[in-house]
Amino acid sequence: MQALTNRKQQVERKPMTVWEKLYLPSIFKGMGITFSHLFKKKPTINYPEEQRPFSSVFRGLHILNRDEEGREKCTACGLCALSCPAEAITMEAAERQPGEEHLYKEEKYAAKYEINMLRCIFCGLCEEACPKDAIYLSQTFAPANYGRKGFIYNKEDLLIPDPNTDPEGYEKAKGDIGKNIK
Amino acid sequence: MYLLQIDWWIFFEKLILVAVIVTTALVVAMYSTYAERKIAAFLQDRRGPNRAGPFGLLQPMADGLKLFMKEEIIPMTSSKFLFVLGPMLAMITACMTSAVIPWGSTIDIKGHQVPLQISDINIGILYIFGVVSLGVYGIMIGGWASNNKFSLLAAVRGASQMISYELAMGLSLLAVLMLVGDLRMSSIVNHQIANGWNVLYQPLGFLIFFICALAECNRTPFDLPEAENELNFGYHQEYSSMKLGFYLFAEYINMFISAVVMSTLFFGGYDIPFVNEAAWGNHWWVGLIGFVVLMTKAALFIFLFMWIRWTIPRFRYDQLMNLGWKKLLPLALVNMLITAVVILLLHK
Repeated sequence: MQALTNRKQQVERKPMTVWEKLYLPSIFKGMGITFSHLFKKKPTINYPEEQRPFSSVFRGLHILNRDEEGREKCTACGLCALSCPAEAITMEAAERQPGEEHLYKEEKYAAKYEINMLRCIFCGLCEEACPKDAIYLSQTFAPANYGRKGFIYNKEDLLIPDPNTDPEGYEKAKGDIGKNIK
Repeated sequence: MYLLQIDWWIFFEKLILVAVIVTTALVVAMYSTYAERKIAAFLQDRRGPNRAGPFGLLQPMADGLKLFMKEEIIPMTSSKFLFVLGPMLAMITACMTSAVIPWGSTIDIKGHQVPLQISDINIGILYIFGVVSLGVYGIMIGGWASNNKFSLLAAVRGASQMISYELAMGLSLLAVLMLVGDLRMSSIVNHQIANGWNVLYQPLGFLIFFICALAECNRTPFDLPEAENELNFGYHQEYSSMKLGFYLFAEYINMFISAVVMSTLFFGGYDIPFVNEAAWGNHWWVGLIGFVVLMTKAALFIFLFMWIRWTIPRFRYDQLMNLGWKKLLPLALVNMLITAVVILLLHK
């Protein structure tokens, strides 16, 4: 009969020899194999202490960007929310008052900006839609949390540290993305 | 007034010895759980517990604390007294076996001859077998009291396994006793110090004894009583919290004790190979070194137990009975016969 696939194999049903029936030789062989694994390098990464390096195009947690003077770039145009296929982004716009020029880059800014990380699919469409280079996906991912509420990130969670007051935090949050921005 | 003539020194000395040995057994059993997880991890290219304390060394405490804190469930339809008695019995019998094991040579403390053995009774090895057999009651009572058909079946399975393998174990031991000519544990060790280790004369007997010890301790490949995935766990299915902990802990104590018994019966006990330690006199540190040597041997056996556990899959129940009754028992009988004939021929 013709075989249906090329993976067909004849099963051997020979009675076991005395050596095989003893069972002990194969046990010792198996124990040799497991013993050799005692000295193998372990592929596990000790997560909180060590972190797996991500590629520079990794799409992780979002950051809201600032310019060199530390002003928020976001103008609350809503294009990111519109482009979001998972409908994870909500925002409320507000008008910049006189005297707030050092805080916000343009006349309109986001008073409230929330991303639901449970809904987000990390596709990066918000990043592509943003005309102001205000939102980026960083190389970290959302840490575990005890409740669903903890996964709704507001503006304070998302904003990148100010480059003037906290340059180290700024660089760290930016990671490799900085090289692509400028 | 005979009662008052007790040598209080002996009373005191034995009390300390009991405390030290039981504590040692408990601590070793505790860290066996840690070692088990670490060795399992290393054999599977993982890291094992490493969060609680340095290298995860506090993990056993955390596990114990967890077991104590968990909710205690006693099933409504169980018979409460027996349900509580089961794990207690398992634990007590596990601890009792350490009484007749010689942990070191006799040492001299200010003129007092202190043997590092709780009790050197003249039927030492039979005492161990007797107490180990009592361990079956812990399993049977636990399975019966749960009032659950799965627990009961598992208890019957576990008990019949232990009873079946005790036979071959006893027969392989008989050959050793023929060699030594004494049931006393200390004379078994002394005989080996004088004439070389028993494993050299009884390699087959040791193999049978070792396989049976695996079955007695419910270790892989004979761990059917706790086959949680294919046989719906074992006799401790209804147990929770520290009662379950006691059952599992008793198994680790049993493993330690059987490792020590095997070192004593076949590997010279506290004897250091290729060294005549009797020439050092009986200082206290000689006894201590002997104790350390015995513990090293036991640790190697415990490692072997774990190594086997993480290598071999478990037997099917009919294979288990087949091996016990049709292979090991005749083999042990043949071994006994050969030993008897050789001894007879040499003495003629």
